[in-house]
Amino acid sequence: MNPASKPGNFPLIPRRSKINILSVLAVVALLYIIAAYVTNAAPDRVINGLPQIFNFVFGNLIPPNWSYYDTVAGSLLETWNIALLATTLSVFFCLPIAFLSASNINTSSILYNIVRFAMNVLRTIPDLVLAVIFVGLVGIGAMAGIYALFFFSVGILAKLISETIESIDPDPLEAIRSTGGNTLQVIWYGVMPQILPHYISYSLYVLEINVRASVVLGFVGAGGVGLILNQQLNFFNYGNVSMIILMTFVVVTLIDVVSIRLRERIV
Amino acid sequence: MIEFKNVSLTYPNGHQGLKNVNLEINQGEMIVVVGLSGAGKSTLIRSMNQLVKPTEGELLIDGKNSLKFNERELREMRTDIGMIFQSYNLVRRMSVLRNVLSGALGRTNTLRSILGLFKKEDKQLALASLDRVGIAEKAYSRADQLSGGQQQRVSIARALTQKTKVFLADEPVASLDPPTSHIVMKDLRRINREDNITMIVNLHFIDMAMEYADRIIGMRSGEVVFDGPASEVTEKTFEDIYGRPIKEDDMLSEDAGAEANDTHGEDLDTKGETASSEEADSK
Ligand SMILES: Nc1ncnc2c1ncn2[C@@H]1O[C@H](COP(=O)(O)OP(=O)(O)OP(=O)(O)O)[C@@H](O)[C@H]1O
Ligand SMILES: [Mg+2]
Repeated sequence: MNPASKPGNFPLIPRRSKINILSVLAVVALLYIIAAYVTNAAPDRVINGLPQIFNFVFGNLIPPNWSYYDTVAGSLLETWNIALLATTLSVFFCLPIAFLSASNINTSSILYNIVRFAMNVLRTIPDLVLAVIFVGLVGIGAMAGIYALFFFSVGILAKLISETIESIDPDPLEAIRSTGGNTLQVIWYGVMPQILPHYISYSLYVLEINVRASVVLGFVGAGGVGLILNQQLNFFNYGNVSMIILMTFVVVTLIDVVSIRLRERIV
Repeated sequence: MIEFKNVSLTYPNGHQGLKNVNLEINQGEMIVVVGLSGAGKSTLIRSMNQLVKPTEGELLIDGKNSLKFNERELREMRTDIGMIFQSYNLVRRMSVLRNVLSGALGRTNTLRSILGLFKKEDKQLALASLDRVGIAEKAYSRADQLSGGQQQRVSIARALTQKTKVFLADEPVASLDPPTSHIVMKDLRRINREDNITMIVNLHFIDMAMEYADRIIGMRSGEVVFDGPASEVTEKTFEDIYGRPIKEDDMLSEDAGAEANDTHGEDLDTKGETASSEEADSK
């Protein structure tokens, strides 16, 4: 229907889309109600819980135990090392996988689909589950964390980079192919220069994610600051707990800020 | 020598790009291919280095049927054919010199090329090629910092660095203004004369074709409908090729050549243009 042909007033949004929008909103509202009901998160319970939280923060967490500083620093360094090593390794290993799962480079549709499928499966496994698996395989400690984050980051990076590869300008590749260059040369001279800024930026982004993930992974025994956080919580050493939280907050924020600045300058 | 014997090409969607083409192209010829949009000019040019593969017939390159080549033979054949594209097809974020050196990839082994260890003579040739088209001083600039005309000359330098016997150029000047178009076409003709490199160029302006071609191939809906020396070509020939009267749009412009000379000084004052303008003056 052409609005111009209608006499007088006509709706800005067609009726059909109005009904669609309303039904989506109704479904969302229903989901909220179910969620609140199932978790018992009635508003009064949330409000009554607040004084308890207040007492815990001001009675137990404050003041932090400042002298616990060295232990935390050591563990944070381990967390950083786990994230850095896992990221660095994945940055290299994701490349061949990214090229195999980019349809404009890998023209064999069988191989393409196999790699895509494997990567989709890998990405459905949460990092925490990967950590539990590797703690089981290689024992408690930093090594399990490195393995877990390595596979986790390969999944993310391969996806992000293969999408970048698929969106590049195909013309230069054709030119290099027409000079008689082989596939690796086409990739190195045609693709890499085009994806390099994104490649670096995504790698930094994954490093940020890995630092935060590696804090949590310690809870399941995969090394780093999460390991001592878990211990101190179990011993009710809340002064130590708050010291860990405080220092972790500062370090993670610092890493994020530096990394975001760097990424802004690259792309 | 390149020889088409009953070559046809059907695209996967069923469209016939080439219909029973028979051609013989000798070393050192300067050929311009003309025809309306969609006539199959690009298809003809791109089938010579098999960026598109003909589906029937024989395409002999130095006597060997290139349609039977395996992957390795195909790459080897391509190292002997340089190509120049309408949109230059440079890697924009890479330096001019690296772009030009990528012409030498076909004869550089994979490991060396990944490490950037090109042979000394290849690096010298790359720089000399840039010098021939008059933009040696841009060697370390990023490709996307150059003007369109300069970028097209980088791609000519890339083809020169490839050390080929044949240049294919698919509408090399379609994205350029008239004066720059003449600069680029003069570079191509100069290379054809000096190096005896076969030039096969798609153009869609009649006056340009007449000015630079020794031989003209006319195409219409996938068929070669004219093939002969430029000296025999008249306005009537073009009307036959196009299947309609000639329009003003089919001409670049009457005084384009003169304009080209005027702009040499102010636009891009480099050696290549000086060489080409001398050539223009002498004629
Ligand atoms: N990849 C393709 N798949 C299907 N049809 C194609 C393909 N490439 C070209 N064609 C068709 O083949 C015909 C010839 O195309 P071609 O690009 O060779 O024409 P052209 O003479 O170069 O035209 P132009 O002057 O517009 O560049 C056109 O009708 C075009 O639509
Ligand atoms: Mg074309």
